[in-house]
Amino acid sequence: MAQIIGLPKLSPTMEEGVLVRWTKKEGDKVSPGDLIAEVETDKANMDFNVEDDGVLLKLLVKEGDTVRLGAPVLILGKAGEDITALVAQAAALAAQPAAASAPVPAPKEAPAVVAAKPAPVKPTPVAPAPKPAAKVAAPAAKVAAPVGDKVLASPLAKSLAIELGIDLRTLTGSGPGGRIVERDVRAAVISDEQVALDTPVVEAEPTSSETAIAVRAKPAVDGTGAYEDFPASNMRKRIAARLTEAKRDVPHFYLQRQIDAAPLLAFRERLNALLGDRGKVSVNDLVVKAVALALRRVPECNASWEGDAIRRYHGVHVGIAVAIDDGLVTPVVRDADQKGLGSISAEVRDLADRAKRKGLKGHEITGSTFTVSNLGMLGIERFTAILNPPEAGILAVGAVLDVPVVKDGQVVAGKRMTVSMSCDHRVIDGALGARWLIAFADLLEHPESLAL
Amino acid sequence: MPVITYREALNRAMREEMIRDPNVFVMGEEVGHYNGAYKVTQGLLQDFSERRVIDAPIAEMGFAGIGVGAAMVGLRPIIEFMTFNFSLVAIDQIVNNAAKIYQMSAGQFHIPIVFRGPSGPAVQVGSQHSQALESMYAHVPGLKVVMPSTALDAKGLLKSAIRDDNPVVFMEGETLYNTTWEVPDGGPDDGLIPIGVGDIKRVGADITLVAWSKMVWTCLDAARVLAEEGIDCEVVDPRTLRPLDVDIIVNSVKKTGRCVIVEIGWPVAGFGAEVAYQVQRHCLDALDAPIERVCSDDVPMPYAKNLEDEVQPQIKDVVAAVKRALYLE
Repeated sequence: MAQIIGLPKLSPTMEEGVLVRWTKKEGDKVSPGDLIAEVETDKANMDFNVEDDGVLLKLLVKEGDTVRLGAPVLILGKAGEDITALVAQAAALAAQPAAASAPVPAPKEAPAVVAAKPAPVKPTPVAPAPKPAAKVAAPAAKVAAPVGDKVLASPLAKSLAIELGIDLRTLTGSGPGGRIVERDVRAAVISDEQVALDTPVVEAEPTSSETAIAVRAKPAVDGTGAYEDFPASNMRKRIAARLTEAKRDVPHFYLQRQIDAAPLLAFRERLNALLGDRGKVSVNDLVVKAVALALRRVPECNASWEGDAIRRYHGVHVGIAVAIDDGLVTPVVRDADQKGLGSISAEVRDLADRAKRKGLKGHEITGSTFTVSNLGMLGIERFTAILNPPEAGILAVGAVLDVPVVKDGQVVAGKRMTVSMSCDHRVIDGALGARWLIAFADLLEHPESLAL
Repeated sequence: MPVITYREALNRAMREEMIRDPNVFVMGEEVGHYNGAYKVTQGLLQDFSERRVIDAPIAEMGFAGIGVGAAMVGLRPIIEFMTFNFSLVAIDQIVNNAAKIYQMSAGQFHIPIVFRGPSGPAVQVGSQHSQALESMYAHVPGLKVVMPSTALDAKGLLKSAIRDDNPVVFMEGETLYNTTWEVPDGGPDDGLIPIGVGDIKRVGADITLVAWSKMVWTCLDAARVLAEEGIDCEVVDPRTLRPLDVDIIVNSVKKTGRCVIVEIGWPVAGFGAEVAYQVQRHCLDALDAPIERVCSDDVPMPYAKNLEDEVQPQIKDVVAAVKRALYLE
């Protein structure tokens, strides 16, 4: 019996697709797994494979057409079958409003819209997909169920995807025949999963790429124009989940302290005069170095809660929150306590540049033991940050401000910077955190010690 | 540390072992009065007399067989083949006698013999004198097959081969004799390298190159070229093919996720196929790309220089294979 085949879900976030090219024509015989069309989704061009035997009786959309998820794209059946009724039904289905991407109940007697097979993908590593649901009466919602088919991925890409929690179905392979290889998974890590989740998110102004995504994904607009929904990117969802988890599960408390920034600014000026054209050291570079040395002085804060133990790390690896389009990442300066200011400065600049271009490798954004988030350059006087688990501490750095200070009984002009330390109370108690801040302040207020 | 040639390293190894153990003797064509066709036995006749440095007639089957017999009764012969191409004349002694007597005599007879000599293609010596035969010997249970790439390895492994109670096929690189390396100048037990233990000749993160003998040098050259493009190769030299240090190869591939095996022998049933089997067997989940092999072309060696270069693995071939394995081409 002939059946209408609807547009399958070829990426987890797609709501519609553009039929780029038919690779079969009406009258062609097809077998399960045959490629019949290429479909442009929000992710990439994906293969549309047919799941059943039969003959392509009618192609219902033209190349270049945009098709709603689940909307009819072709009629499959036996050669010579009468499909007049089905064509009419398909036209009716196609005419339904976009809201119909919610499940469409299948007509009782007529052949239902059958979910065609999604792209050649594998069940997610976390939750193995169920076997395909019964073929009939599969409304659009069922289309979403991943069907166990082969994903073309190298063994390393597969094991890495499991390790990093990446869904291979969301990736496009760059290897021969579309094979997903290591670099594709690593790239996904950067753009997708391992976003840092520490600080209040610095929302950049909408960029052109965000706009593009928004347009393609067709934000839902309510009838009154009161709001618009912009579908969350995977990175945004990930940030949402991890921040919620951190703020909910980690007992935060906060310590604040003012630091006399005058010696720091003077020191920085001297350094930059010495450096000349060879680069510039920023306040943030000095802060990173001071954080690292303070962690050496108070190693109890370079630690994490492990349920039945406190793990103290031997290496001091400082994560630095960097705002990027639609989110943020925390590239890591490894062994920052052992690096000179010049190399920290160069490394931070390189990491930040590449973070913005989404060019960081997986190992460059993992393994930090403490994080610094600095909004001083954006004029924020003071703020508190959400911890970046499993780290037990994060330092939120505010702007250097000109303030009146009392010195020897006189009010004089001074430079002050406020820092806030968020602590995981399971690891760091108030006095310990205070001790760390004393060490940090001592280093920054005697900045020559950063060069030692 | 003193820098010496591969040739000198082999000479020292034999000399030290002959001093250490009076049962060790050398036999082969031109090993005595002529000081060796490749001068590896230079000075041994003068220092150890005709009793222990024996010029044999051009009869490989004969003197290889005498060696096996001598080993059966407790001596430790070093049989030099002028080149391993001529070992084919003696292969019955090597494969059917040396390799089997220990097992067939139920352990009554050890065969502590070393068959050594130059191997691998040289320069314009024609098909019959320009070939790599290690895969044939590595196929045979009962033999050990050693393929040192550097002077350091050559000395340490030849000493271990002479001390080994089993027949060892010790294949020297014919074009490596003049290569140099730092070799310690210590006592007789200094610098012994156990048979069956590989060596990382270059540490790298992106891809594993497995090669032995001369191809180690080709791989190191290729690694330098690739380093300029930001590709960091690890070069693993198993040093002995049988027994093979599978662990060192596997650990490297688990680290890098990619593997290129480079051998100067022919592709079909070449030893690289065995390495590839071991890698896929132990590293399947670590592999990001099919294992690549670089071999000589599947033809007898041509004589013409341009064709000779064409059929053998060159730096560019290794570079191309690395890029295939990294999906860069």
